[in-house]
Amino acid sequence: MPAPPPSSAGPVSVALLDHRRDGADAPLLEVHDLHVEYLSPRGPVRAVDGVSFTIRPGEVLGLAGESGSGKSTIAHAILRTLHPPAVITGGEVRFRGQDLLAMSDEELEQFRWRDVSMVFQSAMNALNPVMTVGDQIIDTILAHQEMPRQRARARAVELFEIVGIDPGRLNAYPFQLSGGMRQRAVIAIALALDPPMMIMDEPTTALDVVVQRDIMQQIEDLKTRLGFSILFITHDLSLLVEFSDRIAIMYAGEIVEFAPAREIFDNPLHPYTRGLMSSFPALTGEKVRLTGIPGAPPDMVAPPTGCRFHPRCSQVKPMHRQVVPRLREVTPGHFVACHLYPEMG
Amino acid sequence: MAQTADERPIPIQTTPAGQVVPLAPDATGGAMPATRRSAVFGGVRRLLANRKAAFGAAILLMFALVGIFAPVIAPGDPSDFVARPHQAPSAEYWFGTTGQGQDVFAQTVWGTRVSLTIGVLVGIAVAIIGVVVGMTAGYFGGRVDDVLSLVMNVFLIVPALPLLVTLAAFLPPGMLTIAFVLAFTGWPWGARVLRSQMLAMREKDFVSAAQISGESKVRIIFAEVLPNMTSLAVSGAFGATVYAIGAQAGLEFLGLGDISTISWGTILYWAGNNAGLLTGAWWTFVPAGLCIALVAFAFALLNYALDEITNPRLRAQREINNVLGRSKEKLPKRARATPVVRRAG
Amino acid sequence: MRYILRRLGFYAVAAWASLTLNFFLPRMMPGDPESVIFARFRGQLRPEEVEALREAYGLSDDPIFLQYFTYLTHVLRGDFGLSISAFPAPVTDVIATGLRWTLLLGGVSLVLGFVVGNALGVLGTWRRGSLLDSTLPPLLIFIGSFPYFWLATLALYLLSFELGWFPLRHAYSDRLSPSYSLDFVQSVLIHLILPAGTVVLVSIGGWLLGMRNTMIATLAEDYITFAEAKGLSQRRIMFSYAARNALLPNITAFGMALGFVLGGALLTEVVFSYPGLGYQLLTAVRNLDYPLMQGLFLMITFAVLGANLIVDLLYVRLDPRVRGS
Ligand SMILES: Nc1ncnc2c1ncn2[C@@H]1O[C@H](COP(=O)(O)OP(=O)(O)OP(=O)(O)O)[C@@H](O)[C@H]1O
Ligand SMILES: [Mg+2]
Repeated sequence: MPAPPPSSAGPVSVALLDHRRDGADAPLLEVHDLHVEYLSPRGPVRAVDGVSFTIRPGEVLGLAGESGSGKSTIAHAILRTLHPPAVITGGEVRFRGQDLLAMSDEELEQFRWRDVSMVFQSAMNALNPVMTVGDQIIDTILAHQEMPRQRARARAVELFEIVGIDPGRLNAYPFQLSGGMRQRAVIAIALALDPPMMIMDEPTTALDVVVQRDIMQQIEDLKTRLGFSILFITHDLSLLVEFSDRIAIMYAGEIVEFAPAREIFDNPLHPYTRGLMSSFPALTGEKVRLTGIPGAPPDMVAPPTGCRFHPRCSQVKPMHRQVVPRLREVTPGHFVACHLYPEMG
Repeated sequence: MAQTADERPIPIQTTPAGQVVPLAPDATGGAMPATRRSAVFGGVRRLLANRKAAFGAAILLMFALVGIFAPVIAPGDPSDFVARPHQAPSAEYWFGTTGQGQDVFAQTVWGTRVSLTIGVLVGIAVAIIGVVVGMTAGYFGGRVDDVLSLVMNVFLIVPALPLLVTLAAFLPPGMLTIAFVLAFTGWPWGARVLRSQMLAMREKDFVSAAQISGESKVRIIFAEVLPNMTSLAVSGAFGATVYAIGAQAGLEFLGLGDISTISWGTILYWAGNNAGLLTGAWWTFVPAGLCIALVAFAFALLNYALDEITNPRLRAQREINNVLGRSKEKLPKRARATPVVRRAG
Repeated sequence: MRYILRRLGFYAVAAWASLTLNFFLPRMMPGDPESVIFARFRGQLRPEEVEALREAYGLSDDPIFLQYFTYLTHVLRGDFGLSISAFPAPVTDVIATGLRWTLLLGGVSLVLGFVVGNALGVLGTWRRGSLLDSTLPPLLIFIGSFPYFWLATLALYLLSFELGWFPLRHAYSDRLSPSYSLDFVQSVLIHLILPAGTVVLVSIGGWLLGMRNTMIATLAEDYITFAEAKGLSQRRIMFSYAARNALLPNITAFGMALGFVLGGALLTEVVFSYPGLGYQLLTAVRNLDYPLMQGLFLMITFAVLGANLIVDLLYVRLDPRVRGS
C-alpha cells in the first residue's frame, strides 16, 4: 500500500488525506477535521474532536476503540443521521468530492443508501417491528429506483439468497427471525442498491461467536465479489486485523494511531493501542475480559489537558499533561499521536 | 451483612453508551438524608423558576386566599336572599343574583372553600393510595404485582362516572360520601404510573445496594426509592386533585351531592335547576365554571412545567434551542439531517 | 390467540367484580337495607313493588352467600328484576331502548375523537414548531380544563337555544317515529351533532398529546434512524414507520379510555336529554328505581368491556408480535 505523503505544516491530520485524486485510487470518502458535539445540560460533549481519514475504493478501513470513544458518532455523522442533541460543529465530509455537510435534505435522501449504506450497531432494533422484512427491503429499493413492485420483490429474493436466508422468510416479521437472521436481513438491506461503500458498525457484537464468524466470512466474500469499500467499526481487534486494510484507533473522540492492519498488529506504538492489544481475545473467539487498560474513559465535557490518555498512561511524563500530541508519521504509513515517539526523519 | 453508611457502594448509573458514571446525590435522593430537606426546597424553587409553574402557582395561591378569607371577602351567609332573583351583574352584586335571589359572587367565594378542600383532600388521599399500592406492586413483582395490577386494571376498566353515580345514590348524601367515592374511583391512574416506574427503579444499583445492606423493604420503598419519584407522585396528586374537583362538580351538577352546601358544583346545579341559562341568566352559570377551569388549568401548567424540568428529552431540546439560537419557546422542527453549526475557532 | 384468551379472562374477572359490587351495594347502606330502601319511598310502594325489590336483591332470610349465589344465577339468566318506575316492565326491556342510543353516541364520538386527535398528533409532530404544533396543544389543554358538562351546557345554550342551529333535546324529532326512512335518519344525525361534537372537542386534546408523546419517543427508535439512513422520504418514515408504531400504545390507551368516555357520556346525555343509558341512569336515581339503576350500571360496564374486546381484536390485527405469540 502506498504511503500517504509525509506531514507538513498545518493540521497534521491532513497528512492522512489522500491527495492523489486521479485514477482509480482517488479516495471515495474523505473526512477532514470532523467535530461532533452532543449538547448536554452540563455543556457540550465533544464526542468527535478533529478526526480525519480517507477511504479508497475497495478498501476496508477499520475503526477501533473503547466504548464511548466516538466510533458510532463518526459513522452516523457521515450519513448525517445523528439527532438532537447532536450537532456537527466543524470539518468536512466529502464523498467523491461532493460535500455532504452542504447537501440539502433532498440531495441527502438521494445520497443515503445509494452511495453509502450502513449496518447498524443495534441491527436487532433497526427493523420496523410491524412490517415484514420483505416489505422493508422493497421499501428501500423503491425509494431510490423507479420499478414495478414485482421487480423489487425479485431483487429482495435475490438478496436473501445472497445473505443465505430462505427467501420464504421475506414474509416474516422481525420478531419471528433469530438474531443472526435479523442481522443478515439488515445486511441484505444494506446491499440492496449495490452501493460503492458500506459502514458496518459492530455488525456482529450481539451474536454468538459461531454466527459471528459465519457472517464475517460472508461479508468478506461479498466484498471480494462486489468490490465495495467498508468502514468497519468494532472493538474486537482480532476481527479487525483479520479483516481490514488499514486501522484507525480512537480514544476520547480522537484518532490516536493509524496504520496498515499488519503494522498495527505487529508493532503497536501508542500505549492505549498496546492496552487494547493485551486485552485481545484469542483468535478462537473466546471472550476474554478486557484487562488491558486501568482507569475509565474521560469525561468528554471537560477532557484531560495535554494528552487525553495521560491519566491512564503508565509512561506519563509531566510534559504530557500540558502539551497536546499531534498525529505524526513515525515510520512510513504509521501515524501515532504520542509524545513517546519522535517524528520520522 | 450489615454495612455502615460509609461503606455503602457509591451509587452508579450506566449511560446508553455503556459508560458508568457516579450518580449525583440529588438523583439518588435517599443516599444523603441530611440534604433531603434542602433538596425539597431546591426542587420547589427550581419549579417556580419556570414561568408556567409560577403562573399556575399564582392562580392557585389566589384561590387558596379567597377560600381562606371567604368570611372577610363576602361577609354574611351566602345562601341568604339578598335581592330580586336573576338580577344581572351590577356594582352592588358583581356576579348578579341567582334564581333564588342570592348573591352569586358570595356563593362563588364560599364555594371556593368547599370545592378546593374536597379537591385537595381527595388529591392527597389518591396520591397516598397510589404510592402505596403502585410502589408495592412494582417493588415486589410476581404474585403481589399480579394481584394488585389486576385490581388496578379492574378499577380502571369499570366506567368511573356511572360507578360514582350509583355509589352516590346508595350512600347517604353528603360531602364525606363524595370524597369517599372520588377517592375510591380515582386512585388507580396514579398507581399504574408509579408501578411501572418502580419496576424500572428496582433494577437500579442503589436499590440493590440498599438490599445488600439489609435495609427493610418498607424503608427501601419509601425512604430510598420514593424520593426519586417525587415528581411523578406530585404530578399524580395534581392530576387527582383536578379529577376530584371536576368529578365533584359533575356529581353535584347531577344533583347527587349535598345540595344544601355551597360549592361550585351545587351553584351549577341550581343554575341548571332554576333554568338560569334558558332565561338568559348566564351569570349564574359562568363564574363557577370559569373557577373550576382556572384551577384545573393552573394544575395543568404545574404538571407541564414539572415534566419540562424533569424530562431529559425536553431538557436536551431546550439546550439545542439555545445553541441553535432559536427562540427558547419554540421546539425546532424535527431535523431531517444532523445540523451543521460551524463554531468560530 | 393466547392474548385474546388472557384478555377474555380479565374481562370475566372485571365483570364478576362489578357484579359483586352490585350485590353488596344495597347491603352496604348503613342500617338494614330493606328498611332503608323502603323508608326512602315513604311508604308509597305497592305490595307487588316491594316484592319486586326483594326479588331483585335476593333479599331474604337466607345466609348471605346463598343470596349471592341466587343473585348471580339470576343475572346470568339475564334477569335483572323489575323496574320500579316503569313497573312492571322488566329492567332489561327498559335498558334495551337506551342501549342503542348510548352505543350510537358513544361509538361515534369515541371513534371521531380518536381519529381526529391522533391524526392531529401525527401532523403536529411531523411539522414540529409549525402553527398547528405550537397553538393546538395549549389551546386543547385550556379547553380540557373546563368541566365537560359546563361546556356542553354552554354550547346547548348558545348554538341551540340562542341561534337555533341544533335541536334542544332528544335523539330524534318528536314528530317522527323510529323507522329506516331518510327523514328519520336525518333527524337522528342532526340530533347527534351537538352531543357528539362536544365530546369530540374535549377528547381530542388527550389523544393529540398522547400521540405526540409516543411519536416523539418512537422517533428516537433505531428503526426510525435506519429508515432515515435508507433515504426513505419523510412522509413514508412518518406514516409507515413512526405513526404506525406509535399508534399501538395509543390503542391500548384507547381501551382504557373507553370507560371514561362511554361512562362520561352520562353527562352528555343528561345535558342534551339524549335518551341513552346514562340519561336513564340519572332518571332512575331520581326516581329511586334501584333495580333499574343497578341494571344500568351493569349494562354500561358490560358495554365498556365489550368495546374493549373489540379494541383488543383490532390490536391483534395491528401488532404482528401479539398475533404471532
Ligand atoms: N445523546 C447523547 N447525549 C450526550 N452524549 C452522548 C449521546 N450519545 C452519545 N454520547 C456520548 O458520545 C460519546 C461517543 O459515543 P459513541 O456512541 O459514538 O461511542 P462508540 O465508540 O460507538 O461506543 P460503543 O463501542 O459503545 O458503541 C460517548 O462518550 C457518549 O457518552
Ligand atoms: Mg457505537
